[in-house]
Amino acid sequence: MTSITVLNFAAAVLVTFGPTPPAKKLAVVATTPDLAALAIAIGGTAVDVKILAKPTEDPHFVDAKPSHIVTLNRADVLIEGGAELEMGWLPPLLESARNDKIAAGGRGRIVASQGIKMLEVPTSFDRSKGDVHSHGNPHFMMDPQNAKIVAGKIAERFTQLDPASAAIFKANRDTFYATLDAKLVEWQRTLAPYKGAKIVTYHKDFVYLAQRFNIEVVETLEPKPGIAPSAAHVARVIGAMKAGNAHVILVQPYQNRKTAETVARQVNGKVLDIPQQPGATKGVTTYFQLMDYLVNTLAAGLKETR
Amino acid sequence: MSQGIFPRVLLFVAVFGFAAPQAGSAQTQQQVDSLRAEMRALQARMDSASQQASAAPATRASGQYMNIGFTSLADFGWSSERDVRSLQVGDHDPRVRGFTIPNAEIALDGAVDPFFKGFANIVYKLDENGETGVELEEVFFVTTSLPKNFQLKAGQIFAEFGRQNTLHPHAWSYVDQPLVLNRMFGAEGFRSQGARLSWLLPTPWYAEAMVSVMNSTGETTSSFRSEESSEIHGGALTEALVDGVDDLLFVPRLTASFDPTETQTVLIGASAAFGPNNSGADASTSIYGADLYWKWKSETAQAGFPFVSLQTEVMVRSYDAAARASAGDPSVMLAAETLKDRGFYSQVLWGIRPRIVAGLRGEMVGGDDVSFDVERIDRTRISPNLTIYPTEFSKFRVQYNYDHRGGIGNDHSLWLQFEFLLGAHASHKF
Repeated sequence: MTSITVLNFAAAVLVTFGPTPPAKKLAVVATTPDLAALAIAIGGTAVDVKILAKPTEDPHFVDAKPSHIVTLNRADVLIEGGAELEMGWLPPLLESARNDKIAAGGRGRIVASQGIKMLEVPTSFDRSKGDVHSHGNPHFMMDPQNAKIVAGKIAERFTQLDPASAAIFKANRDTFYATLDAKLVEWQRTLAPYKGAKIVTYHKDFVYLAQRFNIEVVETLEPKPGIAPSAAHVARVIGAMKAGNAHVILVQPYQNRKTAETVARQVNGKVLDIPQQPGATKGVTTYFQLMDYLVNTLAAGLKETR
Repeated sequence: MSQGIFPRVLLFVAVFGFAAPQAGSAQTQQQVDSLRAEMRALQARMDSASQQASAAPATRASGQYMNIGFTSLADFGWSSERDVRSLQVGDHDPRVRGFTIPNAEIALDGAVDPFFKGFANIVYKLDENGETGVELEEVFFVTTSLPKNFQLKAGQIFAEFGRQNTLHPHAWSYVDQPLVLNRMFGAEGFRSQGARLSWLLPTPWYAEAMVSVMNSTGETTSSFRSEESSEIHGGALTEALVDGVDDLLFVPRLTASFDPTETQTVLIGASAAFGPNNSGADASTSIYGADLYWKWKSETAQAGFPFVSLQTEVMVRSYDAAARASAGDPSVMLAAETLKDRGFYSQVLWGIRPRIVAGLRGEMVGGDDVSFDVERIDRTRISPNLTIYPTEFSKFRVQYNYDHRGGIGNDHSLWLQFEFLLGAHASHKF
């Protein structure tokens, strides 16, 4: 036992003071900024992270730009949300990227949704119900507990791929876990007064958040996933909001704010701009900053319209 | 399992906890502390285990090893030219006044194994008499793990020449094929049996070099040894099969792309095609092309809108026609000559707001005067259109064509198009 400790200490001294070889950082590509934020939190100085989707654009419809082919060609790790979120644009990019490391089943491929308890998994496939994802709702990162699972998975895989940086990944993961546990208590406290509050969202992209914080999404402005709001449906939403005493509508930067404003005016409510991606709001770059902003904005909105 | 361990540890700690103060020694206190630490670690492990249990993946084995997709196009419209086929030369264009089903295709794709991907595209179409035609449009495999960034594709393939040629009809932005592609590659587009080797260059920006090697014979090798070549050179055909390297087509292409800003992308390409034609022994054809694609997409794009894109392709052909007997009158010998043709199209698309795209295409084709009379006349066409996508699985399109044919005159056509897509989501390359 003692000898191991001495060895560890010696190793630590060597790592700290010995001649450091130019460390090759893991080249990590994340499909969306939220996954990239976790990769940066865990990988720290041992990784170099690139992002494919812009924080402000609809992650379902990213252009399969040739520059992304180059990025993917040179990647050691690809972190994707999975659950068909990137289905429309990632497959042709990967085919052109010809990179075995990040091919399906490759050591460098991390599918964030694997191991997550997915919500709204359909029992049958039917596009008359709109653009329903067959593996369930892909917006799972809105539940901090899911972010914790994803962070753990990223740490595990980073360690496998770069054992020399294992200590960095472990320390960063432990810090992430501890911060998240503390923050979650804080976020729950902030939203506790609004338990059972009713909200409306544009798309079905806040269901995980609602479940975690005991908030109810009574309607979405889209009549079905991916289908633009119709006048009849908007009227129905207004009715539901009045009946359910809901006054808050959550929209993301790429969603149609005008429709949300029209509805908000009718119900004496408020439109809250809540991007789900770090980088879309000034000063919000980490996952914790994102959730801080989200929880505080939501709490303030709910308080104001109470 | 860990749930069984935890109460036992708790009991042990409780008993020991009572005993410890009585012992009163520093050593015992140390042991208690270490046990507490272990207990906390155990609790943490249990928490994580129970969390993972509740996070059991809700995946279903689909048992699906292949994506299956089906798309169908239907056209309806009217043209001032009664013989619509003389105006709309493309095989998947509207063919008659009234209704046309120009393309119903079954697309199959998937991973063959860890080393190959497979793709097949089978097209059904109804001709102007309502007769069903079937074509094996494409069927090929692509390697997934060749070293040094190489990739090989082989089978029945569209030649990688420019942008439009490799697109299947459902991915077209207009109802019909550009005139310059009709002129250079015939009604069906340029494809044949062969292989394509591609190399992704190790440059900081995207650059890809490829070369396709294909058979020169068959219906879909217009400009080379297609049986429809008499339309190009006006002479009787010289029969020839693939015998040696000289009988193959070579299609090199270089393409590069960069992003001038976060919201813009430019893609440029240069292509060429070289191979024998069937106007006589040792007669050959060269085609050169350049293409440009530029796209702007909003930073806050919803469903990919709004956007503006510009796509232009220019092509020139040099067709060495050997001395040959006229197809119309075998007693007349046509002198050896070089037939030169050229053309371009330029199209703008404006994705105004989600699911609505307005387009405008302008195009010209022409050729030098030659010693025989055949369909190489100068043509100009202007086509505004509007496409509405209820979802990405269906579309309505309306398109007006203003046509000018040298020596014939002007024509006006109005076409409506409807498309539906079943099954696998068709993801398109940029």
